Amino acid sequence: MTDIETTAPQPSETLLGVEEMELNFGPQHPATHGVLRLKVKLDGERIVDCYPIIGYLHRGTEKLFELHPFFQNVPHTDRMDYVAAATNNLAYVGAVEKLIGIIVPPRARYIRTILAELQRISSHLLWLATHAIDIGAMTPFFYTFREREHVLDLFEDYCGARLTLNCMRPGGQPFDLPVGWTEKCAEFIESFPENIAEYEGLLTNNRIWKKRTVGVGVLDPDVALDYGVTGPMLRGSGIDWDLRKARPYEAYSEVEFDVPVFFNCDTYDRYLVRMEEMRQSVRILRQCLDQLPDGPIMAKKPRVLKAPKEGEVYYGVEGPKGEIGFYIIGDGSPNPYRCRVRPPSFLNLQVLPEMIRGDLLADLIAVIGTTDIVLGEVDR
Amino acid sequence: MTDSDNGKPLDETPPTDSAEAEAKAKEEAAAKAKAAKAKALAEAEAAKEPWERDPSTPSWEEVEDSLLVDSLRAAHADAVLSARSFAGDLVLEIDSQSIREVCRSLKEEHGYKLFVDSCGAHFDNREEKELEVVYILHNLETNDQVRLKVRVDVGVEVPSVAKVYAGANWAERETYDMYGIRFTDHPDMTRILLWEGFNGHPLLKDFPVEGIDTGAAIYPETYTDNAGPVAGTGTGWRPPAPPEEKTSQSAPESSGEES
Amino acid sequence: MDNVEANVLTTTYDKIFNWARRSAIWPMQFGLACCAIEMMAVLDPRHDMSRFGAEVMRGTPRQCDLMIVAGTVTEKMAPIVKRLWDQMPEPKWALAMGACATCGGPYRTYAVTQGVDRVIPVSVYVPGCPPRPEALLWGLMHLQRRIDRMSVSNLDDQGPMSPS
Repeated sequence: MTDIETTAPQPSETLLGVEEMELNFGPQHPATHGVLRLKVKLDGERIVDCYPIIGYLHRGTEKLFELHPFFQNVPHTDRMDYVAAATNNLAYVGAVEKLIGIIVPPRARYIRTILAELQRISSHLLWLATHAIDIGAMTPFFYTFREREHVLDLFEDYCGARLTLNCMRPGGQPFDLPVGWTEKCAEFIESFPENIAEYEGLLTNNRIWKKRTVGVGVLDPDVALDYGVTGPMLRGSGIDWDLRKARPYEAYSEVEFDVPVFFNCDTYDRYLVRMEEMRQSVRILRQCLDQLPDGPIMAKKPRVLKAPKEGEVYYGVEGPKGEIGFYIIGDGSPNPYRCRVRPPSFLNLQVLPEMIRGDLLADLIAVIGTTDIVLGEVDR
Repeated sequence: MTDSDNGKPLDETPPTDSAEAEAKAKEEAAAKAKAAKAKALAEAEAAKEPWERDPSTPSWEEVEDSLLVDSLRAAHADAVLSARSFAGDLVLEIDSQSIREVCRSLKEEHGYKLFVDSCGAHFDNREEKELEVVYILHNLETNDQVRLKVRVDVGVEVPSVAKVYAGANWAERETYDMYGIRFTDHPDMTRILLWEGFNGHPLLKDFPVEGIDTGAAIYPETYTDNAGPVAGTGTGWRPPAPPEEKTSQSAPESSGEES
Repeated sequence: MDNVEANVLTTTYDKIFNWARRSAIWPMQFGLACCAIEMMAVLDPRHDMSRFGAEVMRGTPRQCDLMIVAGTVTEKMAPIVKRLWDQMPEPKWALAMGACATCGGPYRTYAVTQGVDRVIPVSVYVPGCPPRPEALLWGLMHLQRRIDRMSVSNLDDQGPMSPS
């Protein structure tokens, strides 16, 4: 299905007849994006197999979910995927609303959409910075973090936090947009497309970048589906699947945007998907700011949210990394009886051995970067 | 409901004198006014925007006219124990031993290609079959989602779905890690988030949140071979031997017994 | 009289040593959790940790002076943190960044070490969840002030365990 010439040798070939070697990679390694540990089996410099070992950041979040009321769990969702707190909040409050049957007022839906798309931009910027540093391009880090700070300023103006936003509540939004916020946001999205062009100018046609990414970490679409891979990884493998289109939530049914899909299944295409997604996010943001309705921001709801006596829902949204979902079982009490997170990074990381088998060791760094994992979410 | 309130006394005690009749009439009028008020309230409620109404909690509904359920029932006799839906989510309860076949036919015949998630749950108030394993599958073409549930007793093994959906591998390992549910034919049935030698399964309801004897992570010598947080899971790596035992233990390059 | 001479000599040494140590703190590139993102933000153009001479993040513990424990230390990770700390050459300092590294933060659970100071000695604690980049810079400057008080003559007072 891919027309790229992959130079990756087959694992069955032996190189110089040397013995296979096992290499421990991480959990402390500058390129593992956290505390990922890999046991890599090498034949010379080729990777025969790779065995990820996770759990170094397992904090027992799912146990804590069961001990706190629905409201108090929102901050815990921030700390799972800590570079995309808003979409985690969105998935969690969406699941709670579905379980209890609350309908959110339109202004709150729009504010949520705006926050989620800003978060997508900020997450992709962080991904680009770290991915480029891993491959050896230092400059994009300084460029992307410059714009990322603008996004974080917007978050800070809205809810006071930069990373762990805690910016949504079951039933609506905790605060209205502050005075002057929309203008500030409009200013940012006006200037941002130029910045994307700047990053692309550094990387897209850069020969070194292409050598390091084209044909590296090929992920077959069938394998991707089999492993439950979602998000830009799946769209980089040629499958047009985006929950924002497939099951529109919040205000996504009322805005126009495209879902970028690329068909070469490699690291370079996943890079292109994410770059294009940032442009689409700007498009969504612009429409949301134009259409932003007036009205209440909080639905009518009981003071203490109680789940139905017996009931369970699954609700997923499209986060920057993929489908982030919550599966909540209620038992009539104010606490979730069981709250399972469907972490996109967990399932995306699982496919890493499939992508890296037969490639060179140096490509492992590029492939870890392209999976865009956050270990806080993998381990929870 | 106001009508029945109205009619009930009429049947039981017919009016005997005028005073009583008057009282009756008054009562009727009051009830009518009440009914009108309630109706007006209901109308006002209906006229309200959906977010201003009280939350309408969803409830379980039996699913009867589902093609998917019918064909699954036809293909796998007695496998589908119940088919219900809650808030629009289709939930099928599957017999624990036929889960793999059901998953396979869902994937191959019904197009549920995307593996979404799998997890466990523990209901300690149930008399039997306390544990649950949940699989969420998605059909990209029809945009349908189905949730399969398997109920098992403590200590009973569930057939692994990892051969059907490769993504279930880690999810099932996590379920084992958190609930102690073992899966038969799983390629690597080891703990994933915690370490071999961890005491207990944390998401069981009777597990205390502070854990049982966990402070020992920084003392790797308290763990047996191939266990403890440093050893990780299933890797065979072990911490350097303490000085006095150096001669007896093997060097760290042992490849270990990864299943 | 002997005492005075020794002190005059060591104060001059101290000045040079402390100046050198404080002006080029090399932190370890070692992110654990959420705080690591803010640690990266400290390096960005807006906050620019290189103003304080601490922008050289090293990948290996053997080239580092400072371990910024940026995030939750779990029971599974604690032995590795300890080993990395042991691999760092003296003099070395540890900075506990954020609530989790300080005391376990919101995670009083079976999997989380309740503060990295149960594993390694910590010089500076920076509060916050996560701390803002400015707070981390404050922690760094606080550490520099501490380094300024070190003396080569009193070895007991030199290490990270020293009271002050």
